[in-house]
Amino acid sequence: MQKLLLLGDEAIAQGALDAGITGVYAYPGTPSTEITEYIQHSKKAQEEGIHCTWSANEKTAMEAAIGVSYTGRRALVCMKHVGLNVAADPFTNSAITGANGGLVYLIADDPSMHSSQDEQDSRAYARFAQIPCLEPSNQQEAYDMIRYAFDLSEKLQTPVVFRVTTRMAHSRSGVELKPARKQNEIKLDANPKRFILLPANARVLYKELLAKQDEFENRAFEDGFNRYEEGSDKSLGIIACGIGYNYLMENFGGKCPHPVLKISQYPMPRAWVEKMMEECEKVLVVEEGYPIYEELLRGYLDKSGKIRGRLDGTLPRDGELNPNLLSKALGLPETCGEPIPDTVVARPPSLCAGCPHADTYNALNEAMTEFGKGHVFGDIGCYTLGALPPYNAISSTVDMGASITMAKGAADAGFRPAVAIIGDSTFTHSGMTGLLDAVNDKSSITVIIMDNSTTGMTGGQDSAAFGKIEQICMGLGVEKEHIRVIKPLKNFHDENVQVMKEEIAYQGVSVIVPRRECIQTAARHAKAAAKAKAAGK
Amino acid sequence: MKKDIILAGVGGQGILSIATVIGRAAVANGMFLKQAEVHGMSQRGGDVQSHLRISTDPICSDLIPEGKADLIISVEPMEALRYLPMLHEGGWIITNNVPFKNVPNYPADADLEAAMKKVKNMVAFNADALAKEIGSPRSANMVILGAATIQLGMPYEEFEKAVREIFASKGDAIVEANLKALALGREQAR
Repeated sequence: MQKLLLLGDEAIAQGALDAGITGVYAYPGTPSTEITEYIQHSKKAQEEGIHCTWSANEKTAMEAAIGVSYTGRRALVCMKHVGLNVAADPFTNSAITGANGGLVYLIADDPSMHSSQDEQDSRAYARFAQIPCLEPSNQQEAYDMIRYAFDLSEKLQTPVVFRVTTRMAHSRSGVELKPARKQNEIKLDANPKRFILLPANARVLYKELLAKQDEFENRAFEDGFNRYEEGSDKSLGIIACGIGYNYLMENFGGKCPHPVLKISQYPMPRAWVEKMMEECEKVLVVEEGYPIYEELLRGYLDKSGKIRGRLDGTLPRDGELNPNLLSKALGLPETCGEPIPDTVVARPPSLCAGCPHADTYNALNEAMTEFGKGHVFGDIGCYTLGALPPYNAISSTVDMGASITMAKGAADAGFRPAVAIIGDSTFTHSGMTGLLDAVNDKSSITVIIMDNSTTGMTGGQDSAAFGKIEQICMGLGVEKEHIRVIKPLKNFHDENVQVMKEEIAYQGVSVIVPRRECIQTAARHAKAAAKAKAAGK
Repeated sequence: MKKDIILAGVGGQGILSIATVIGRAAVANGMFLKQAEVHGMSQRGGDVQSHLRISTDPICSDLIPEGKADLIISVEPMEALRYLPMLHEGGWIITNNVPFKNVPNYPADADLEAAMKKVKNMVAFNADALAKEIGSPRSANMVILGAATIQLGMPYEEFEKAVREIFASKGDAIVEANLKALALGREQAR
């Protein structure tokens, strides 16, 4: 079969297409975005009408996918790790309903927080919901395992978590494809009560979930993605999860002298863990994320000194792993080149030259001068960079949508003025409900919805808010005369400052919409238009 | 044969295109490849790097261990120096010497020059000027790649072929400009 050079994300996307998905449901988020984009650009998705447009947020995405599963067809849901917090309700409850058609939750974690506000480990969510979790160690495995995930989901009637981390998602390698499988026909579940979580049904279904736990572990033992590799030096055994396995093997040129338990499927098979604990003097647990299994193996009061890992400092407690950290943990000679010269300075990310957010921040900073610092609540997007110099314009960034609700809470607490600043896509993701709270409470807040007509930070995906912001705000009850649209350009600076001052002075909910397309997508659109025009001639 | 390469630059300077060309050439040569890229927030004018590993044997880690890189290919001089801990003793830096100054505390020219002089094995030249010379200022990345081809242990024709394939969709003029850029860069490193 064909061999392609694919990013981990792309291998997953191709694997899902070849596994016969009927739809992918997702909200953009680094490092998961490229999966849905790959499907959007694939010929197969177009030919077969596979659903692949963006959802408003991770919760709506997951619920739609559960609906696909309800019909007996296959759906993939993609999000970054923090997106699973947004979708935690359908996630946890779909573990109780179980799946009809194959249902796979692709969660991309970001240890070391390359593009995130935390490094939560989604394997903990899988344990919490008590459903199987897969974690590939390379691109070929990612491709192969995504199809297995759908098969497993249907076989055991459960949603399956497919966890990757940044390096897996954004690293490229050769992948060999397999013949594609057809989509499922519509076929409702034999159990008509499966998706009705009335307490009486839920109690029965929850017992079913608990009864499946042994089988989940059996699959992890027998289905070939975990394996016990014998080794002669039993002074140490190593449990290597996900891509941690690669970093381990890098240090031994692919041949480890110690016994290795390679883990790519959870729950971790106890039989092999027991074997390792029995035959090895010490056991090093290598997890790319939280020390979840390390803690389980230790037990809460572990004093044996047998287990090594992130909790005893053998590996760092936080951050992503790499070959050097493994080498240190194994007591191998350390390698390092020359130090970084002192002349080298940090180059943090910054707003692009010509970015509309820059003009908005310049106007806002001027409008806020008289109030001093601390009055602007920020949100998640490119504009979070407004926290850095030269703007220093925002005082909070917590989670999607929290600018509006935190401003509201601060206003409730008597803090004036309270200004929220949020992007168009983030507003429809999680800002609308908070705005409704503010309207209902007549909170004195000003919400600046920066409309660059795209989901910018993740690379310019369609925004669910496109063309709808004023209508949404009016529908939620914001007074029409306090919804002000401005053009964030230097030429309009004074006028924009004036509008901001007026609305900040208003005792009630006001909305300002600085509207100008993201310069990245605008350039792309101009290029495409020029190309189309040239082709037309 | 095995080459571990750090590609460095500032978001938007085209280091991923360099990686794509090397990757294409390596795979055409029947080699294994792993390439870790940086996407997302740090692309916005921040420092970006990519770990590119090509080998005739299977590759374990997506990341190159510190002190093991054979080559740093950079489109910006300060970014080249940022990855010195990755380079092994006999490793080489191939870099553009034109600074991209988007931070207020960017080092003074003399300080940067002094730091660069301390590097044992370095090819540094003005790739921007060469790219402009051939009327293709956006091809500075291919000029730098051209200079690196000598170190990459594959026939030069493979790189030409990869450039042709990768830029084919952008038209003959762009293909030719990039081939010229590649050749100019190669001359620099001789």
